[in-house]
Amino acid sequence: MTKELGPNLIGQVPLQDLDRLAAQIPHGAKIAVPPDYSGVAMALTRAMIRRSLRDLHVVCVPISGLQVDMLAGAGCIGTVETSAITLGEYGTAHRFQAALRAKQFRMMDATCPAVHAAIQAAGKGLPFMPLRGLLGTDLLKNRPDWQVIDNPFEKHNDPIVLLPAIKPDFAVFHAPFADRNGNVFIGRRRELVAMAHASTASLVTVEEIRDVDLLASEESAAGTLTAAYIGGIAEVPRGAWPLKLWDIYEYDEAHLKLYGEMARTAEGFARYCDEFVHDRKAAE
Amino acid sequence: MTALPFSRQELLITTIARLLQGCRLVATGASSPIPGAGALLARAQSGGHMRVNVLGSVRNDFLCDGGVELFDLAGQGRLDAFFLGGGQIDGEANINLVGAGGVYPQTDVRWPGSFGSGYLYYLVPRVILFREEHSRRVLVPKVDFISSAGPKNDGTYRPGGPIGLLTNLCWFAFDRDKRRFRLESVHPGHSVEEVRDHTGFDFDCPASVAATAAPDADILTLLRTRIAREIAETYPRFVAQVFPDLAAAGD
Repeated sequence: MTKELGPNLIGQVPLQDLDRLAAQIPHGAKIAVPPDYSGVAMALTRAMIRRSLRDLHVVCVPISGLQVDMLAGAGCIGTVETSAITLGEYGTAHRFQAALRAKQFRMMDATCPAVHAAIQAAGKGLPFMPLRGLLGTDLLKNRPDWQVIDNPFEKHNDPIVLLPAIKPDFAVFHAPFADRNGNVFIGRRRELVAMAHASTASLVTVEEIRDVDLLASEESAAGTLTAAYIGGIAEVPRGAWPLKLWDIYEYDEAHLKLYGEMARTAEGFARYCDEFVHDRKAAE
Repeated sequence: MTALPFSRQELLITTIARLLQGCRLVATGASSPIPGAGALLARAQSGGHMRVNVLGSVRNDFLCDGGVELFDLAGQGRLDAFFLGGGQIDGEANINLVGAGGVYPQTDVRWPGSFGSGYLYYLVPRVILFREEHSRRVLVPKVDFISSAGPKNDGTYRPGGPIGLLTNLCWFAFDRDKRRFRLESVHPGHSVEEVRDHTGFDFDCPASVAATAAPDADILTLLRTRIAREIAETYPRFVAQVFPDLAAAGD
């Protein structure tokens, strides 16, 4: 880690511990999160649960799994905006489903490219983005924030859906490393760039901070999210655990299986949290 | 009944490969081992003319512009074929990936969600509806929630849509003009009566229905070696279950 840049900064980006990073997120914040395979900030998610955050608006870009299931089970969520919630091979998202049935949050069902397009609209500073498809669906019927207009560039009738821009307060994700200036390596995970551009700030956990300059070569710069978008970084080895991080480490199958079993009931989930969320030694 | 020289999954995979003939670009979505294997088999048979993108793969995923690129490809008209399923599918090819019973969003049963269906179904010309379970709870008269609508021929922009529905029992072709399924072939070992008994929607049924073509020995060998190895990268559990010999050989 770079020492000469000051104790709490890398470049101009605050370098914080996990709890300080989580403390930047207030109740009611709108956060954008990536899918399970793209680098989910799970350690930060546990820190958010420890802070008993409430009424979060979680925008899944474009889907989520374990992260939303845990936040829902812990009562942190006010709105879920997503195209799917799935634990994949590890079974049903029981805590998400129970909270939905109990009307504990507002559900905004979408389709994947609609989330991407609305995030891209915010990234361009546009009020909305048109999207093909969706006509005749109950998705459209249940989204009063989506509108249908006639394509003004077409002579014959051509209805098309308009999606308002999604402008999150924070993009929240985990990546392999940041450089000495707070630039974050995101490889080909361009959805992380789109999320960061759309959001007021990005809160990022990384496996490590390296004493390199990602912008020094075209090769590394092409896979970089530039520090200007970053509101805070924490160095958290295995910060995506028990999910995978790209090809760097795999899903912890045994643990996900355990979670799938324990999270079947509210009581089991509470025991899981006691052991793996509130007792940090067990988790990190 | 004598045992068939191929498994249920092998028939589905080889049928899918046949349905994909002539495509230049095919993609598969989440939790899709059989479509993935079918697409990789079609690619192997295409003489280098087909690209395949398997979601969740590293070796068979050529996209590098983020999660949106697959959808952009479809919007551009470059994606020839894709697969969609459904917790419910009805006779007008509406599909439901959200939930059943109750009042949305508090449905009695909740499924993961619509994924990319609300868009891809409208834009990909050769959508293959694929659902292994062939039952009246899945193939319903009318879906409880429309994640994505069947083609309506109402003049709206709709280059894409279903070519048919493949299940454990049969292949239904979708007649876009009539907005109905037509029973095209019944899988070996099954009957038209069985299809009727387990289908909750009306469909057209010719007087004589062919049997779904069985794979020949060469195709089965290709599938059990090269294709099984290729799909194992993304779906190791599926391969261990369906191609145990390959798994046992340490491949």
